[in-house]
Amino acid sequence: MIRQEKMTVVSQKQIATNIFELTLHGELVQEMTPGQFVHVKVSDSLEPLLRRPISIANIDKDNNEFTMIYRAEGRGTKVLATNREGQQVNVLGPIGNGFPVDAVQEGGTALLVGGGIGVPPLHELAKQLNARGVKTIHVLGFQTEDVCFYEDEFSALGETHYVTVDGSKGTKGFVTTVLESHAPAFDVFYSCGPLPMLRALEGFYPEKEGYLSFEERMGCGIGACFACVCKTTDQVEKDYVKVCSDGPVFPKGTVAL
Amino acid sequence: MSRLTIQIPGLDLKNPIMPASGCFGFGREYAQLYDLSKLGAIMIKATTVETRAGNPTPRVAETAAGMLNAIGLQNPGIEKVMNEELKFLEDYDVPIIANVAGTETADYVEVARRISAAPNVKALELNISCPNVKCGGIQFGTDPATARELVKAVKAVSEVPVYVKLSPNVTNIVDIALAVEAGGADGITMINTLVGMRLDERTGKPVIANGTGGLSGPAVKPVAIRMVYEVYKAVNIPIIGMGGVTEAQDVIDFMSAGASAVAVGTANFVDHFVCPNIIEELPAKLDALGVEHITEIIGRSHR
Repeated sequence: MIRQEKMTVVSQKQIATNIFELTLHGELVQEMTPGQFVHVKVSDSLEPLLRRPISIANIDKDNNEFTMIYRAEGRGTKVLATNREGQQVNVLGPIGNGFPVDAVQEGGTALLVGGGIGVPPLHELAKQLNARGVKTIHVLGFQTEDVCFYEDEFSALGETHYVTVDGSKGTKGFVTTVLESHAPAFDVFYSCGPLPMLRALEGFYPEKEGYLSFEERMGCGIGACFACVCKTTDQVEKDYVKVCSDGPVFPKGTVAL
Repeated sequence: MSRLTIQIPGLDLKNPIMPASGCFGFGREYAQLYDLSKLGAIMIKATTVETRAGNPTPRVAETAAGMLNAIGLQNPGIEKVMNEELKFLEDYDVPIIANVAGTETADYVEVARRISAAPNVKALELNISCPNVKCGGIQFGTDPATARELVKAVKAVSEVPVYVKLSPNVTNIVDIALAVEAGGADGITMINTLVGMRLDERTGKPVIANGTGGLSGPAVKPVAIRMVYEVYKAVNIPIIGMGGVTEAQDVIDFMSAGASAVAVGTANFVDHFVCPNIIEELPAKLDALGVEHITEIIGRSHR
């Protein structure tokens, strides 16, 4: 159930260049699952006007806390980055359908592939998969070393490969470069990141079960405005899906890439 | 709540607040958040004869105190709207204003004839002002004679009063308002969005895939207020005002300019509870103005 809540800032930390980790406290944490997102009003003023959809990186139901990791790049996220401990943030959520954690059997292996600011939701997913007895392999792509984050956190959960476009950290190239050279054995893949990455991954594993998380410019965030629709493939009965309310996670082969 | 009641053709409103068409879908999503029966009315998303797929993405872009959109009238078509969406809304005690769109007169007539027969549809809103589709609105809304003839044709088949949604993208909105009144319109809803464009900082190209989009949000409110003010002076049919409403004071402003009711658009995306919140705030606003019933403020800027 989607709710609106003034959540309290527990901490705000810069964890890489322009990358912030914001922890919030509030009741709606109880409803969250990995891969869902929240719709955040970054200021009480009319500027910036619209909410910002931000993914959920950590869920701590025992303490009613969750973490989001975002890049402070545009007007809204720069305002969000100014929040300090004790301040309140207007959050609508949790929104959308997240990653199906039970798609992998206990004892199985999941491949998690993330790109840039698509990496954060994979962290909570990896935690929950590990808790179910699923082995996780992480392949995480970034532009450069200075925007990489959560290396220790992912490494603690399983085999982790970093890849950067300029080669400043890990393998030089794209996530597919790593997948080609390492060829990991796995049962199901999960991915979140830029469209070319999702497209490449879908083409890479045509025979595997997989789940992709999409990003699109949103208006309302709840499915009413039809701003974030995507065309579907011939395999799907519907003509279109809405990223906010039908997604952001879709089974591989749903969205026309 | 009796202080907020409004009677205009076809509509017996508990209060003058309604979500604007295109900003509320068919109500399903907001029904998860609050009881739709609280609303004065609901203006549902534009409905066409056929299913429409809408425009390519990106379809929205933020602007200073506003946003641009070019959704492109995406909707499931009259058949599904009647059988599924309007049926769903029957569970709520709220009148529906059906937004009717089309490519040519025959389409408008067909949608109007069928949708006006739905038990909960109490009025139509003729969409002759959507700026985001090549065919389907704006050409009807910018020429007075064409607008008048379309209203006549729809009035001939509609079982409920017909309101006409005016475009601000004209040289003189009063001319169009007078034309639709002459065509037999029961009321006017105004304003639709203003055609705008935002360029990408890096590429210099339009952000919205369609190139242009319709500007809405607080940024357009002064334009909307001015236009409601002008049209109120010129016509004798009621106006439902909209454009940048985000709080109770905006409602007071629109009604002072001459609106009998007020629609809330973009603000529904920003604060999903904005409509019930405004309804709750209005009595205190009336107290502050020393007014017992909200109808007393309609057109007060002209007195």
